[in-house]
Amino acid sequence: MGLSTSTKTFAERLEDSKKDKFAQAAVARAQDTQWEKRESSREELGNWQEWRDIAESIRQHTLKHLPHYLTEFSDNVAARGGHVFFAADAKEANDYVKKIVLEKNAKKIVKSKSMVTTEVDIDPMLVSLSDDMDVLETDLAEFILQVADWDEPSHIVFPALHKNRDQIREIFAAKLGYEGDNDPVNLARCARDTMRKLFLKSEVGITGCNFAIANTGDINLSTNEGNADLTISIPKTQIVLMGMERIVPSIKEAEILDNMLARSAVGQKLTTYVTFAGQKADDESDGPEDFHVVILDNGRSNAIGTEFESILQCIRCGACLNVCPVYRQIGGHAYGSIYPGPIGSVLSPVLGGYEQYGDLPYASTLCGACTETCPVKIPLHELLIAHRRVMEDDLKMHHDGSFVNMEMNAVGMGTGHPAMFGMAMNMAHAGLSMLPKAKEITVEGSLFEYGAVRKAPALAKGWTDVRDLPVAPPHKEQFRQWYKKHKAGK
Amino acid sequence: MKVSIFSTCVMDLMFPQVGIAMVEVLERLGIDTDLPEQQVCCGQPTYNSGLVKESMPTIKNQIDAFEHSDYVVGIAGSCSGMFKEYPHMFKEDDPYKQKAIDLANKSYEFTQFLYHVLGVKDVGATFNGEKATYHRSCHMTRILGEREAPFILLNHVEGLEMLPLPHIENCCGFGGTFSVKSPEISEMMVTEKMNDVVSTGAEILISADLGCLMNIAGKFNREGKKIKVMHIAEVLNTNVDLERIDSVTNPVFAKI
Ligand code: SF4
Repeated sequence: MGLSTSTKTFAERLEDSKKDKFAQAAVARAQDTQWEKRESSREELGNWQEWRDIAESIRQHTLKHLPHYLTEFSDNVAARGGHVFFAADAKEANDYVKKIVLEKNAKKIVKSKSMVTTEVDIDPMLVSLSDDMDVLETDLAEFILQVADWDEPSHIVFPALHKNRDQIREIFAAKLGYEGDNDPVNLARCARDTMRKLFLKSEVGITGCNFAIANTGDINLSTNEGNADLTISIPKTQIVLMGMERIVPSIKEAEILDNMLARSAVGQKLTTYVTFAGQKADDESDGPEDFHVVILDNGRSNAIGTEFESILQCIRCGACLNVCPVYRQIGGHAYGSIYPGPIGSVLSPVLGGYEQYGDLPYASTLCGACTETCPVKIPLHELLIAHRRVMEDDLKMHHDGSFVNMEMNAVGMGTGHPAMFGMAMNMAHAGLSMLPKAKEITVEGSLFEYGAVRKAPALAKGWTDVRDLPVAPPHKEQFRQWYKKHKAGK
Repeated sequence: MKVSIFSTCVMDLMFPQVGIAMVEVLERLGIDTDLPEQQVCCGQPTYNSGLVKESMPTIKNQIDAFEHSDYVVGIAGSCSGMFKEYPHMFKEDDPYKQKAIDLANKSYEFTQFLYHVLGVKDVGATFNGEKATYHRSCHMTRILGEREAPFILLNHVEGLEMLPLPHIENCCGFGGTFSVKSPEISEMMVTEKMNDVVSTGAEILISADLGCLMNIAGKFNREGKKIKVMHIAEVLNTNVDLERIDSVTNPVFAKI
């Protein structure tokens, strides 16, 4: 799967998502409930805007001194007997994990949900290592996707948002021989039974990392199911995959960010389990005896030192997805990236380039809901405009190649000079006034005083595909004309 | 003291009544207006499309057009919000930097100007018990940061019952060129918005942004659904009771 989740074009994926009424309703419902939970848990913290400022400055500080903190972290992991590997791309990360698994001759692997392992597409690699390899996702939602033949996640925090209880029951019945009803408690019990068996036998545990603590060499994980804790404490060998930006100076900053993360992601003060873990010390009773951290670049350094650097502040809370009106309608799969929603629309082109992800920055009305909600103050909608500028002005990609861009160019020229603007307005007006007008007007008020256009060409075509266009008044009744007369009559 | 009317493209070309309503409300409050001829579009359509270089002549022209105005008042939160973005577009040593800051500082959306600058809450408008709901446009609330003024003014309109709109925070799917470039997504969004408006039982839909109104009303009309759509300036200019108009008391204003 990797970063990309689909071989279809954006338009084709949109068509699919338009048909999926269930997913649309599920996303809308999830957004509505998350809204209330998030708002109230933010209020409890006091001045949320001040907390955002603090969180932003922690993230910016760390990014500015990234080499320093990564070195400090890696030294501290090594000092405790662990290993750090810097992977430039997905292949290097996979090769390293493969090497460890082969060295250990491991056949039983448990995983705790991690976006980065999905990003580098680790699962097929692991499965291919031997015929009797058992790889198990232990996050309930990820488990459901795995059982459903490794379906794609549709949200970064709630990966199985697009599936309902009945669908899950069917999947469990077909793949696991489950005979119970669609009650979530019974479904969870079924999943737990499957997981427990493997947890106890697992040889390697793989997790992600919410934050890496530079001055101790620990990693920090937030979960609500405790599966990460089991993944870390039972297997003797532990592999942690993290994006290179997921680092904080000390546990103090992690505490603040964990608070912001849980409140933004799930509307809780903290998640049920907040774990700090690292290489097992001699006097400790559990924990990995062999501890590896893979620190992944995979395109992240493309953003360092550019106007897109702030996207690396992201703590993957998913709040921007939960407020995005576009995500609300089209759902996660339409984005074609494992990072959907506003964060995905900014991050995917940074990681994977404009050729493949150039559509995403345009899939936004720039309403700013994402920017307003982001707990670490990433100016998401401004970064979407920045991507468009790079594609249009710098790379001359004229991204969708359609007439719209040419016309927009003309609009740019036409609006730059008063005389041309007047001319352009008159031309637009003349053009519009020649179109056939619909007589039936159901909307009252001044907007449709002069009738409605049902079908318009060129720039207005997209408009009239969806809704009616009001007819403009005759030139002599436009505002500027009225104003002149009005002033003269005074 | 000069209040310059910012005649946004959509209003200029399509909806003179809205501009007329705004001028009439202002004049009733004793404000003198002018309409600088040189003004054009705010540059938002091209800027947001990524044609940033191509937008610069438009933006500079707009800065020049209002250089000598004391206040610049427009009828669309989105377009006035665009003026607030201008200062970020110029480097420190650019002569337009300071001018852009000045324009941003003296620009207001109409209801914002009435409430925050003039200190007016009641402009005397009167209805006959109609029920209305208000669409809060994204750019007005988030880019311009104005969440309060329209509601205060609407709550002082006599005989108008304001009903809360579900999902008021959600965008209607207009988004300028988004509505023509991504009609599929835009349609899904405006359909939900239309259904939310219908669910309130309101007879009138009000907003302070003409783009959004044109979008939502256009969908209503396409579906053959009945509703009355009004820009907030028109609402505030309806059946005015001269006795009730607040006097202009704001000290900032009096100084000039
Ligand atoms: S961009 Fe901000 S809101 Fe979105 S996932 Fe990242 S931290 Fe959360």
